[in-house]
Amino acid sequence: MDRKLREKLLISALGWAAAALIFFPIFWMFLTSFKTELEAVATPPSLFFTPSLENYAEVQARANYLRFALNSVSISLVATLLALLLAVPAAYAMAFFPGRRTKDTLLWMLSTKMLPPVGVLVPIYLIFRDLNLLDTRTGLIVVYALINLPIVVWMLYTFFKEVPKDILEAGRMDGARPKQELLHILLPLSLPGIASTGLLSIILCWNEAFWSLNLTTAQAAPLTTFIASFSSPEGLFWAKLSAASSMAIAPILVFGWMSQKQLVRGLTFGAVK
Amino acid sequence: MRREFLITTAAAIAVGAAPVMAETVTIATVNNGDMIVMQKLSSSFEEQHPDIELEWVVLEENMLRQRVTTDIATQGGQFDVMTIGTYEVPIWAAEGWLEPIEGLPEGYDVEDVLKPVREGLSYEGTLYAVPFYAESSMLFYRSDLFKEAGIEVPEQPTWQDVRAWAEQLHDPDNELYGICLRGKPGWGENMAFVTTLVNTFGGQWFNNEWEPRIDSEPWQEAVGFYVDLLGNYGPPGASSNGFNENLALFSTGKCAMWVDATVAAGMLFNPAQSQVADKLGFAQAPVDQHPKGSNWLWSWALGIPATSDAKDAAKTFVIWATSKDYIELVGESEGWVAVPPGTRTSTYERAEYEEAAPFAGFVLKAIETADPVDTTAEPKPYSGVQYAGIPEFQAIGTQVGQMIAAALTGQMPVEQALAAAQRSTARTMQQAGYPK
Amino acid sequence: MAESTSATATVGAAPAGRSRRRSRRDVNTLPLLAPSVIVLLLWMIVPLGLTLWFSFQRYNLVVPTIRGFAGFENYEFLLTDPALWTAMVNTLLLVGGVLVITVVLGTLLAVLFDQDFFGCGFARLFAIAPFFVMPTVSALIWKNMLMHPVNGLFAWITKGLGLGPIDWFADLPLTSIVIIVAWQWTPFALLILLTAIQSLDHEQKEAARMDGAGPLAMFWFIILPHLGRAIAVVVMIETIFFLTIFAEIFVTTSGGPGLASTNLAFLIYMRALLEFDVGGASAGGVIAIILANIVAIFLIRAVAKNLDA
Repeated sequence: MDRKLREKLLISALGWAAAALIFFPIFWMFLTSFKTELEAVATPPSLFFTPSLENYAEVQARANYLRFALNSVSISLVATLLALLLAVPAAYAMAFFPGRRTKDTLLWMLSTKMLPPVGVLVPIYLIFRDLNLLDTRTGLIVVYALINLPIVVWMLYTFFKEVPKDILEAGRMDGARPKQELLHILLPLSLPGIASTGLLSIILCWNEAFWSLNLTTAQAAPLTTFIASFSSPEGLFWAKLSAASSMAIAPILVFGWMSQKQLVRGLTFGAVK
Repeated sequence: MRREFLITTAAAIAVGAAPVMAETVTIATVNNGDMIVMQKLSSSFEEQHPDIELEWVVLEENMLRQRVTTDIATQGGQFDVMTIGTYEVPIWAAEGWLEPIEGLPEGYDVEDVLKPVREGLSYEGTLYAVPFYAESSMLFYRSDLFKEAGIEVPEQPTWQDVRAWAEQLHDPDNELYGICLRGKPGWGENMAFVTTLVNTFGGQWFNNEWEPRIDSEPWQEAVGFYVDLLGNYGPPGASSNGFNENLALFSTGKCAMWVDATVAAGMLFNPAQSQVADKLGFAQAPVDQHPKGSNWLWSWALGIPATSDAKDAAKTFVIWATSKDYIELVGESEGWVAVPPGTRTSTYERAEYEEAAPFAGFVLKAIETADPVDTTAEPKPYSGVQYAGIPEFQAIGTQVGQMIAAALTGQMPVEQALAAAQRSTARTMQQAGYPK
Repeated sequence: MAESTSATATVGAAPAGRSRRRSRRDVNTLPLLAPSVIVLLLWMIVPLGLTLWFSFQRYNLVVPTIRGFAGFENYEFLLTDPALWTAMVNTLLLVGGVLVITVVLGTLLAVLFDQDFFGCGFARLFAIAPFFVMPTVSALIWKNMLMHPVNGLFAWITKGLGLGPIDWFADLPLTSIVIIVAWQWTPFALLILLTAIQSLDHEQKEAARMDGAGPLAMFWFIILPHLGRAIAVVVMIETIFFLTIFAEIFVTTSGGPGLASTNLAFLIYMRALLEFDVGGASAGGVIAIILANIVAIFLIRAVAKNLDA
């Protein structure tokens, strides 16, 4: 017992040290958001200072955070759902009924992401202009679902492959048809995988700063635009940018914490037993 | 401000029960301090004009430029007002993308606008954008350090003087660097400064036949001087310091001198943003052999794209935002030191402004002497003080900026860097079809 | 426990062959795959088609007077650029460097966070957090708050230790970018690998431990092979993203000093997009796709066996 406890303490220390080191720049950013601009750039960097909320007040006064946040939330969620909807059947088919073309299809899907967005901006802008999709949430949702679809398919494919074949065999033995198999056996088992995929897709949409800046103006602008307005003006800005950025990642952190439980649960159902 | 706006809107809705066709004016602007103030005070505009609704898109300079250029060139029609600079206006006006600003009301007094700024925003005699603010460049220095060292700075110093002072005051062990200058690669970053240096050393970007002159002697001298000065008496990390980084350095007392945009004067003078607010000295940007082109000219102006669907409303707004009334509004609500600088002579004639901003005289002189046409020792085919007003310049400036940053960090000797810059520029010009 | 496993094994063995044959006949995978494939096809064909079209045109947004067929001019301009080779090398160095760091760190951290220790839920969240921050903001924080040789935290630390400050972006530009991107993406690797580790059969681990396997042997012979596929996927996905790293370079070094931190995406931006040369940008895009495909082919050969175990 004693040795186990010591081991656990050691691992805890290690784990927390790693987490703290990784998290440190973000912690520094949070800290900076409570400093004045001058304090933010002063040396030596101060850990102790009188905190003030002036940056948050200024940020909120300058731009309507709520509208941007709602746009981000709705765009990320719907785009992720759309991507999952398209990807789950595809990943299922490729993971459990692999054909000759499966690997090629997977690779081809990934290759659609190889085009650097800077190269394709104008053609897309022209298409969107003609389809009246500029500055609409729909337009952005479609773009995001499409650029993330390959990633989502790949990750789902990976996690589906982790599911032990025996369980599905058992289900099939009991007479389950593919659709039932998919919905009632596979999905619950691979929920952590689907949750991770979903979370990653949401984050990719949330932080996507190229299409969101170029395809929106005022109506559909998500948080990335909000942050961009605090970035690199002529003047000291790091404290305000830290505040804006903290406001932008807060929802994601909360969401990440809530979906922690899903991510943590392993495939330890022991369904085999 | 927000609450006032909400109350006003609620009242307007309650009172104006009949449907009012509100026109939406979408404004794209830079996130600089003066524009942010404009955004803040725009609620007062909306009060005066209840049938006009303003939507704001605020972005950082490079992103903004890319966004609005893409939109206006593809006739996307997303914006009704664009914040553009003296670089874009002549190019876009020539393409017919901008609405000419004509029929200005009596009280606007367009002659009040400083001449270089007015001309920089016109094409073939017509104004295509109204100036919101303008800046030039000047020398900032630490009056306390200079006094201690017994140095007196004339109103128009020379670069050789500056070098001597930098050497004298450079004290890296105490984190005090002789001079801070821009080093970050970019056509609007380090190259804005280097171009003025080249101008005053007698050089130019292109000769009258549109041949790049980057490997010419004035360039070698100017860039050699720059690399020597900043390399020996500048702060570490200079090659990635742009305006903001240098502002941070100077405000926290790390630089003895700084040559950069006049807009920094207000920021450095503000004790809430600067530790050296009471130790500030001002002078004109230093010169060398050629007396012109040593201080740059830049103006952010409001233009209306030809594709806008709310032109009249947009025009009403831009007139409001650049009028004398607006300047007074800013002076009274934000303080006189915060009024948009560099656009109107009347601003500089106000006693309140002189009092709040003792550097105003320097800024005015700097802008008035910045002539985008006559800057170089030899005749040149392009306009612009710190850039060449051709569409290809953004790419060229950034590429050359990279090479100069390489020379600054010692990666390659100045001669090699300039040779590489010359080759790459020649390539780009050839691809673009020059000479035209 | 041991009995039921073998029981299922014997039970599972016989019908397996029959059900597999049945599944091939009965399950038409087309309607399952079709939606994704069609949608991606459209998404790929239309922009790709337009990009190809534009790459053969002379099309500059701000100079409307120059129009017309350009043949291979745009390609020639980019391919004969002396900077192209440096940009490609930098791209590969960038991709390689970040890949190595994220996969190695990701694996080690995944093993660490798989353990049940005090407050591991919170710790996990903190370790994943860098991925939540917008890349431009990350880059700005690293550049000005941490790595700046005068105002930054790192400089303050090294000065406190008596060493001089490191001028990250002047002396080690590519390395600095690698560090920033690796910091952002290690959580991604961590997340995928952690989820994959948790599918490892605990019985296997217990059995190995009872056989006397120490932690190192466990790691090398049990965990790592199990993670093979997940690592392969992480590598594939990250490679695709890292080939087009742009925001971090734009914010910190602008590709400099010289060309030290210019990768292919930034080169295309400089040569084409800054001038609004759509023809050139499109040609650059096509060149980037070709390069990416070449890299992918090599990558496939290296990790293919792990993809379908």
